[in-house]
Amino acid sequence: MASIEMKNIVKQYGDGFPAVNDVSLDIADGEFMILVGPSGCGKSTLLRMIVGLEDITSGDMVIGGTRVNDKAPRDRNLSMVFQNYALYPHMSVFENIAFPLRLSKTPDDEVRKRVTEAADVLELKEHLERKPANLSGGQRQRVAMGRAIVRHAEAFLFDEPLSNLDAKLRGQMRTEISRLQRRLGITTVYVTHDQTEAMTLGDRVCVLRKGVIQQVASPRELYEQPVNLFVAGFIGSPPMNFLPATLDGRTLTTPFGDIELDEERAAAVAGRDLLLVGIRPEHFEDASLVDEAKRPHGTTFRAQVDVTEWLGDQQFAYIPYDAPEQIQAQLRDLSRELDSEALRTQAVIGIDSTSRIREGREAEFWMDSRKAHVFDPKTGENLTRDAEAGARLTREAEEDRQEQVEEARAHGGGISGPEGAEVA
Amino acid sequence: MTTTTLPPTEKTRPKSAPPSVSDRARAERRLGWMLAGPAFVIMLLVTAYPILQAVYESLFSYRLTDPANRAFNGLGNYVVVLTDPIWWQSIGVTLLITVVTVAVELVLGFALAMVMAKALQSLRPILRAAILIPYAVITVVSAFAWQFAFDINTGFVNSWFAWLPGIAETTDWFGGWGTSILVICLAEIWKTTPFISLLLLAGLAQVPEVLQEAAKVDGASWWQRLWRVTVPNMKAAIMVALLFRTLDAFRVFDSIFIMTAGANGTESVSFLAYRQTIARLEIGLGSAVSVLLFVAVVIIAFGFIKGFRVDLSQARGDK
Repeated sequence: MASIEMKNIVKQYGDGFPAVNDVSLDIADGEFMILVGPSGCGKSTLLRMIVGLEDITSGDMVIGGTRVNDKAPRDRNLSMVFQNYALYPHMSVFENIAFPLRLSKTPDDEVRKRVTEAADVLELKEHLERKPANLSGGQRQRVAMGRAIVRHAEAFLFDEPLSNLDAKLRGQMRTEISRLQRRLGITTVYVTHDQTEAMTLGDRVCVLRKGVIQQVASPRELYEQPVNLFVAGFIGSPPMNFLPATLDGRTLTTPFGDIELDEERAAAVAGRDLLLVGIRPEHFEDASLVDEAKRPHGTTFRAQVDVTEWLGDQQFAYIPYDAPEQIQAQLRDLSRELDSEALRTQAVIGIDSTSRIREGREAEFWMDSRKAHVFDPKTGENLTRDAEAGARLTREAEEDRQEQVEEARAHGGGISGPEGAEVA
Repeated sequence: MTTTTLPPTEKTRPKSAPPSVSDRARAERRLGWMLAGPAFVIMLLVTAYPILQAVYESLFSYRLTDPANRAFNGLGNYVVVLTDPIWWQSIGVTLLITVVTVAVELVLGFALAMVMAKALQSLRPILRAAILIPYAVITVVSAFAWQFAFDINTGFVNSWFAWLPGIAETTDWFGGWGTSILVICLAEIWKTTPFISLLLLAGLAQVPEVLQEAAKVDGASWWQRLWRVTVPNMKAAIMVALLFRTLDAFRVFDSIFIMTAGANGTESVSFLAYRQTIARLEIGLGSAVSVLLFVAVVIIAFGFIKGFRVDLSQARGDK
C-alpha cells in the first residue's frame, strides 16, 4: 500500500493539446479517490499515467515515496480494472486471476491458496474452470477484480469499471467495490463519469474539466460548497438550477421572486449587477406543504407548471423561465460541456410526492433562499462559497473514513485467511 | 473447455403432421441455390472433373506414345510407384523442404508481422509494400533470379560472400544435393514469407491492445506478453497460416524445375508427377503419382484441421 502524489502533471499530445494540464493531487495511503468529469476531461489519461500506460510530459508521479515517471507499468506494482475488463480469453477464470502470480513465479500452492481466497471474496468459486466468454457481464467484472486483488499491489486503479453493466448490477457492484476497498484498506483511484458512483464511493472526489482540476473535496463539500458553476452543475441529479438575478442593495431579483441576502453574502457579491443564483431542486417545495416555522427562511412565488414527474418517493415540477440572452448562451455552453443538451431555460423543482400540483396549472412554491449560492456569470466563480464549512465537511468525511478503516481492520478484514492478514 | 454441450436434439413433432416447410423457407432455399449454384457448377467442372479424370487414368497402363496398347491394370501403377525408391526419395525431399521452409517462414513471418504492426504510422505503408514485394514476384521469375545469383558462372554470391568459410569462387551450389536443397529452400522462404507474415498480421490485429495493457500492468515482460497473451490469442491465425503454407510447400515445383531440374536427388513429388506425365508421357503412372500427391495433401489438411482443431471460419482465439 502506498500514497500517490502528483506534482504538476502535464500530458501533451503530439499536436500540442494538453489532455491533462498541471494537475497536482495527493492521494493518501488507503484513500478512495474518484476522478470524475465529463468525457474528454482527461480523467482516464491521468489514471493511465499513474499506472504507466501513458507517458508523462512533465511533472512528477510519486508512488509510495518513489518517483515512477520512468518506470514501466510492471515495475510499479499497481493493479488495474479496465472498462471492458480485459480478461484473457484463452485462460480459465482461475488462470486469469492467477496470471499476475504466475508471472511473478509464485509457487503453485501459494497461487491456489490466494486465488481461492479471492474467488471466495468475489463469489466466483463455481466458475473457476470456465472461460471468460461463458460468463455474464457481472461475473466478468468480478474476475477482473479478482485479478486485481490477488496480488499485493500498492494501489487499485479502476477505469470506469461499471459502465458496461446494466443499472441494477451496477448498483450492486458499486456497494461491493466499496465494501472490498474498506476491507482491504488499499489506496484506490477510480475513474468514472457517473456522479452517483463518484458521490457514493469516494472519500474524496476530484472534478476535472478540460484537463484542469476544478475542486478536490469530499462528496458532501462538492455538493454543498462547490467552487464554481461547473462543479455545481456537474454534481447533483437533477442538476442545480441556475437563475439569472439582478442585484439591488441586498436584494437579488430572480424570475422566481426576490431573495434577501444576509450581510456576509451581500458583501461577497457586491459590485456586480448581473448574477446567477444556483439552487438545488430539493431546496424548493410546494408552498402549501411548508411548515409555518420554515416559511420565513425563504420566499414564495407563483409560477406556471410545465410538466410534472412523479417518481413515487419524490416529484419534480418543470418551470420554464426567461433569461437574458447572455445568460442563456452561458447556460447552453455549460450544459454542452456537461455532456447534456439544455433545450430551454427551465427550473427543476423538487416537490413532495404527495403534492397536488399538476401540469399546466399555476401554483405557489417556496424557495429556501438560505441554501442558494450566487455565481459570477462571467468567471463562473461561486461568490458565496463558505470555504470553512466546506473544509469541515471534508474533515468529517476523513474522520469517518479513519473510523471505518479501523473498524474493518478490527473485524479481521483482509482477504487472507487465518494464516495471516498480509493483504489487509 | 469443461462445459458440455448436448447435441442439438430434434424437436419432437407429432408423427401424423406433415413436414412443414413454409413458403418463406422454400423461397430462401431456392435463392440460396441460385446464388451459390453457378460457382458450384464451375467448381465441379474445373476441380472435380480433372481429379476424377486423373483417378480414372491412373488405373490404366497407358503411354501417350503408344495409345494402342492402353490397358486396364487396376492398382498396378500404384504398386509400381509405392515400391519404387524414387517415390520415397521424392517424398523425403518434399517433406524436408516443407518442414524447413515452413518452420523458418513462421518465425521470420511472425517477426515481420510484428514489425509491420508496430511500425510508425508514416513508415507503415512503405514497409508493408517492401515486405510484400517478393510475394508479388512470379515464382518462376524468383527461381531464375536465385539461380542466376548462385550459378557458378553468372552468380554474384560466390564473389560477394567469398569471405565466409565454406564459400569460394569455385563453390558449385547446384552441383550437390545439400547445397541445391539449401538454395531451393532459401528461394522458397524469400518468396513466401510475406504471405505468412500477412496472415499473421491479420491475426495479430485481432489481439486487443487492452490485453497487452492488462498484461503490462499485471507485470508481464515483453517476452511473457508475447508467449502468454499474444500467441495463444492468435492460435487460430497461426494454424491457418501454417496449414496454407504446408499445403503450398508440399507441392513445391517451380524452384526445383528451374534450378536443378530434379538433378542430384532434389526431385519433389510434384516434380516426379511432372516428369512421369509430361516428360515421359506415362499418363497412367503419372496420374497415379498425382493422385497419391493429392491424397497426401488431403491427409495434411485433415491432420491440421482435426489434429490442431483449426477452425477456418473461426478466427478468434477464444476456444
